Amino acid sequence: MIRWRSDPPESQVTPEGLYLRRREFLKLGAAGAVGVLLPAAASAGPGPAGATLQVAKRVERAGGEQPNTWEQITGYNNFYELGTEKEDPARNAGSLRTRPWTVSIEGEVKRPQLMDIDTLLRAFPLEERIYRMRCVEAWSMVIPWVGFPLGDLIRRVEPTSRAKYVAFQTLLDPDRLPGQRRRVLEWPYVEGLRMDEAIHPLTLLAVGLYGRVLPNQNGAPLRLVVPWKYGFKGIKSIVRIRFVERQPPTTWSAMAPNEYGFYANVNPAVDHPRWSQAKERRIGEFFRRDTLPFNGYGAEVAQLYAGLDPRTLY
Amino acid sequence: MPRRALKPIAFALLLAPLVKLAADGATGRLGANPVAEGLNRLGFWTLTYLTLSLVPTPAREILGISWPVRLRRMIGLFAFACGALHFAWYLGVDRFFALGEIAQDIGKRKFIAVGFAALVLLVPLAVTSTDRWVRRLGYLRWKRLHRLVYLAALLGVLHFVWRVKADLRKPLLFAGAVGLLLAARLAFALRRALRSRSPLSAGGDAVRPPPAPSQ
Repeated sequence: MIRWRSDPPESQVTPEGLYLRRREFLKLGAAGAVGVLLPAAASAGPGPAGATLQVAKRVERAGGEQPNTWEQITGYNNFYELGTEKEDPARNAGSLRTRPWTVSIEGEVKRPQLMDIDTLLRAFPLEERIYRMRCVEAWSMVIPWVGFPLGDLIRRVEPTSRAKYVAFQTLLDPDRLPGQRRRVLEWPYVEGLRMDEAIHPLTLLAVGLYGRVLPNQNGAPLRLVVPWKYGFKGIKSIVRIRFVERQPPTTWSAMAPNEYGFYANVNPAVDHPRWSQAKERRIGEFFRRDTLPFNGYGAEVAQLYAGLDPRTLY
Repeated sequence: MPRRALKPIAFALLLAPLVKLAADGATGRLGANPVAEGLNRLGFWTLTYLTLSLVPTPAREILGISWPVRLRRMIGLFAFACGALHFAWYLGVDRFFALGEIAQDIGKRKFIAVGFAALVLLVPLAVTSTDRWVRRLGYLRWKRLHRLVYLAALLGVLHFVWRVKADLRKPLLFAGAVGLLLAARLAFALRRALRSRSPLSAGGDAVRPPPAPSQ
């Protein structure tokens, strides 16, 4: 069985005051020789913006590491529906209107429903979860998400015994997501999890960042966060959650199956064909650091994959 | 435009993207991942210079516009210098001289191998770019050697095509430009070859005297 240490010792939780003073750390860093290569956003910029969310508890799960800045997390994004360059999603975020917004819960469930996003936001107590995020492109961040466990939602809608996988779908609307006007990928973006992955206590549906409502470029109003998997599993701007019997197709593995797998677990031993996954660059740092198996969450999730060929776990 | 101003103006224009990169780096304007941004920009400009360096010859031979040929060497040397900076950035900034990793990369990743091959191909061209080398090799041999630039450009484009994840717009733009320039040269050479073999041809078209070395 999966055991979830939901309440880490208070000493592991980064006090809010500390992360709010994060710029002081970065200024100290900028004084060093590497300072030239630190982003301007680290020492200037507006800081967290948007409506605040009521957060019931805080869970620090990034080994006590300093979260990346608001500017880094909201200014360096892969969200091809808002443009393929890293700065595009922030620039084009205005075209994505997130109200009205409904999420269709369907498939093998006893209680299929069309949920309004604001109902969904009130349905579960929100938690802050500070997670590492490892992109398949070999960079990483530490991100203070706000959200609720996907498992909470799944239990409420009561999947049937035939539900073996959960399939997710992003909004399809080229007006609000203008990147969909060009077929860079097959639209809409789709992702999927095995049921045991979906109900794992680490798996989060995120609705916020740094205590604020999730910015559009980060996948507002609702996105998936699976911290032991590469970032592309974290499907953004979700409109459909479907419970299915067979493994659903996923966008990147359909596009290049030899480069992106269904599981996409962070695995330093399996290289991407075009680059090594052994190391990663934490945004804001100069030197690469070693990538951890399962992004450092192996103690909780490795047993999900017992008996599977580790070479398939990319 | 006064003749004397052509080269200094071209030099300033060609240098501008590199100056901007240095200024952006020094003032922290390279975004959240400045290491990747610097690498990408240097690669982009290398391909841009390389493509530009292919323009003067067909411009003269097909359109009869000859002043760009005076800039050809300068543009080519910018391409080589920028490519060398791109590689140095990968070596010293991106990988911080992890030579084992780099050797593995070049061996294992074909996109890195072709990029590296393109840069290596540019070395003899940069070395033999002087007037003295043109004389030493003889113009015809020098010209043949410098046709390697097309191979380098094609490998450079391939390096870019193989590198991107999904959005092929920019690499394909370079592929189109290089392909068009190469096709123009080939079509021109073919026409000339056919004409020189034709008994009706007055001749003289196929063998052109070497142009005076520019300055």
